[in-house]
Amino acid sequence: MEENKKSVSEEESTKPAAPKPKPVEKVKKEKPEPQMFLLSSSPHMATVDNVPKIMWTVIAALLPAVTFGVYNFGFSVLLTITVSIIAAVATETVSNKMRNKEITISDGSAVLTGLLLAMTLPPGFPKAYTALGSIFAIGIGKQIFGGLGYNIFNPALLGRAFLQASFSVKMTTWVAPNTIDAITTATPLGLYKFESVMTPYFDLFIGNIGGCIGETSALFILIGGIFLLIKKYADWRIPVSYLGTVIIIGGLFWIIDPSQYPDPVFHLFSGGLLLGAFFMATDMVTSPVTPKGAWIFGFGAGVVLVVIRLFGGLPEGVMYSILFMNGFVPLINRYTRPKYFGEIKK
Amino acid sequence: MKLKSFRKGVHPEEFKSYTEHKTLEKLPLPEQVFIPLNQHIGAPCQPVVEKGQAVKTGEVIGTSTGFVSSRVHASISGNVKTIDTFPHPLGVNSLMIHIVGDGNDEWVDTVTEESNWEQLSGDVIIDRVQDAGIVGMGGAAFPSHVKLTPPKGKKIDTFILNGCECEPYLTADHRMMVEQTQNVVSGTRIMMKALGVSKAVIGIECNKPDAIEAMRREIASFINIEVIPLKVKYPQGAEKMLIKAAIDRDVPAGGLPLDVGVVVNNVGTAIAVAEAVTRKKPLVERVVSITGDGIKEPKNVIARIGTPFQNLIDFCGGLSEKTAMVIMGGPMMGLTQHTLKVPVVKATSGILCLTDLSVIKSKEYPCIQCGTCIGACSMNLLPTRLARFAQVENWQMAEELGILSCVECGSCAFVCPSQIPLIQQIRIGKMRVNEIKRKAKLETV
Repeated sequence: MEENKKSVSEEESTKPAAPKPKPVEKVKKEKPEPQMFLLSSSPHMATVDNVPKIMWTVIAALLPAVTFGVYNFGFSVLLTITVSIIAAVATETVSNKMRNKEITISDGSAVLTGLLLAMTLPPGFPKAYTALGSIFAIGIGKQIFGGLGYNIFNPALLGRAFLQASFSVKMTTWVAPNTIDAITTATPLGLYKFESVMTPYFDLFIGNIGGCIGETSALFILIGGIFLLIKKYADWRIPVSYLGTVIIIGGLFWIIDPSQYPDPVFHLFSGGLLLGAFFMATDMVTSPVTPKGAWIFGFGAGVVLVVIRLFGGLPEGVMYSILFMNGFVPLINRYTRPKYFGEIKK
Repeated sequence: MKLKSFRKGVHPEEFKSYTEHKTLEKLPLPEQVFIPLNQHIGAPCQPVVEKGQAVKTGEVIGTSTGFVSSRVHASISGNVKTIDTFPHPLGVNSLMIHIVGDGNDEWVDTVTEESNWEQLSGDVIIDRVQDAGIVGMGGAAFPSHVKLTPPKGKKIDTFILNGCECEPYLTADHRMMVEQTQNVVSGTRIMMKALGVSKAVIGIECNKPDAIEAMRREIASFINIEVIPLKVKYPQGAEKMLIKAAIDRDVPAGGLPLDVGVVVNNVGTAIAVAEAVTRKKPLVERVVSITGDGIKEPKNVIARIGTPFQNLIDFCGGLSEKTAMVIMGGPMMGLTQHTLKVPVVKATSGILCLTDLSVIKSKEYPCIQCGTCIGACSMNLLPTRLARFAQVENWQMAEELGILSCVECGSCAFVCPSQIPLIQQIRIGKMRVNEIKRKAKLETV
């Protein structure tokens, strides 16, 4: 809202012109003294929410999971996170300058993308590659589309997909938790799919298992995730439909053949599902804007995820399930438009 | 007990405590008034007095030949100094009749003592409403005699009195319901008779328990009138939202309340109707809430139409030094004023003086597709899309998504975390879409 914008002057020009008055002597009016009031168009009140507040709150909600990642894998994860964030912020700054736009890093969205990307990487992942992934995430995943609000795909996940395609061996080399010398191990999903070994629920829930930096602890992710739901910065329909679909469809297969398919609780707590459901799928820019659309989005991602996990070559599919549904969001938005008040649908 | 309401909407802070318990005070007679010839929806008036002419309080000074219009009356007795353009609260200088008072407040002799209205026919009632120049006093200023004359074929079965006053800060309707309860109810019953309606409902937001109590007591002997307390939510006082909450009917898009058999009127209008019908008193004064953190002594006053804002501000102790904005109306839909010389018009329900600049200072970010505006819009529109289509000038899509159904309540811009001026963009969109429709209509004729 700009200062000194005259209100409704445009609308006045379309009203019928005032009838010409009877001829009267023109009175000399004195010049009004300038009274410095601000003019603007209504409304003149607003809530205190703003974009940086949202971004930094989401970052804060991730801190419990980050803290657990440090406990589980050591302080080196902080280096990965730092590299990722710095690369993200630098890329955005360079991109802003190239486009002759104002520097946007203070809104916190680049920091958030850098942090999220780092949390989806295996501990010990080379820092140079981390930086590359972050540059790709911001440069190709966000800035090329026009910056904040215009990208179609989740930038952190796009960066991760790039790394998965370019450095697939390093991206699937996992470290056992609490080890000083990195001993490679497999994640619970990998153990189940390729070695038919089951991980206890307790470990899955607390998170002292192998996996990506920020994805292992269901408990600490849920703490941050539920906080976001309460603050209404994440649409509750998305985690409910995503997780609900995975539980129901995964559960159906498990009932049909428990020897071949894992149970729904295993699905829920293993891999990156909880991190994805609460922090990636709920990204406002890349998820549907209508309530009905949110249900469809979560459902679709759930279906894709179960198919990949049970029948695909990869042990994990959260990243692909969300990126896949991101692509459908513009279509979902268009076809889930609600009927407006009193609308007569033709 | 669950309160009735409509879907979505927002909860701005109420700020009613400035004036909600301040009894009405009569503003001292102004020395001069500026009566705009255009303070209603419809054709503006033509003056029927001349410069130098002496006028009495309540004398007709402007009329119009159109049916959808409303006459204007002198609000003080004195002399017509000039008929010229002066600053109007709607933002553009308009033609006004400038009267300098003689200090006597001599009324025309057509105004009588209070008489019984029960014997009058509906037609006589409507004539008296028209003669008195009554328009909707909730802010829309639609000529009331037109509203009380629905076109043939539209059957009206319910009258709704709007006592919601959902805008923050304003308490004019609240005080009228508490202090002039009898007139409010008489006015309601008079309008029911004019419409030939046997059922009435009075919607009051439950942050006014004393008003609900007073109204309930007054209507106790009338079994066909009911007070419905409503959940405090903005914009409960918007016509369509009120009809939905009170009697659960949906006014069709592009339609009017009479399309669902309803007529809605404001509390202030009811009082004006009661006085016009029982005493033939024209509309020359109204209740105004002067409030906000920028006025030294917030009050509810009864002011004559045409009184410059400056008079009301002075009566309330003056503006505080840090006052940055003076708004006619409430903070959600009110119009900012550039001078205090503008007069009180028939639609002036409040003068809001604010020092807070937080809305204006906020930085605008791109739309982050959060959908909060969609969750706030009580008309179930997609404000972010409407604003975007208006910006890129795709008028066809804007119309298809229902931009004309936007009532400009401001809920979407109120909640937007990116501080996008959604209402400004939607306003431009509505204007252009209407222009295109008008042109198309002319071409097919």
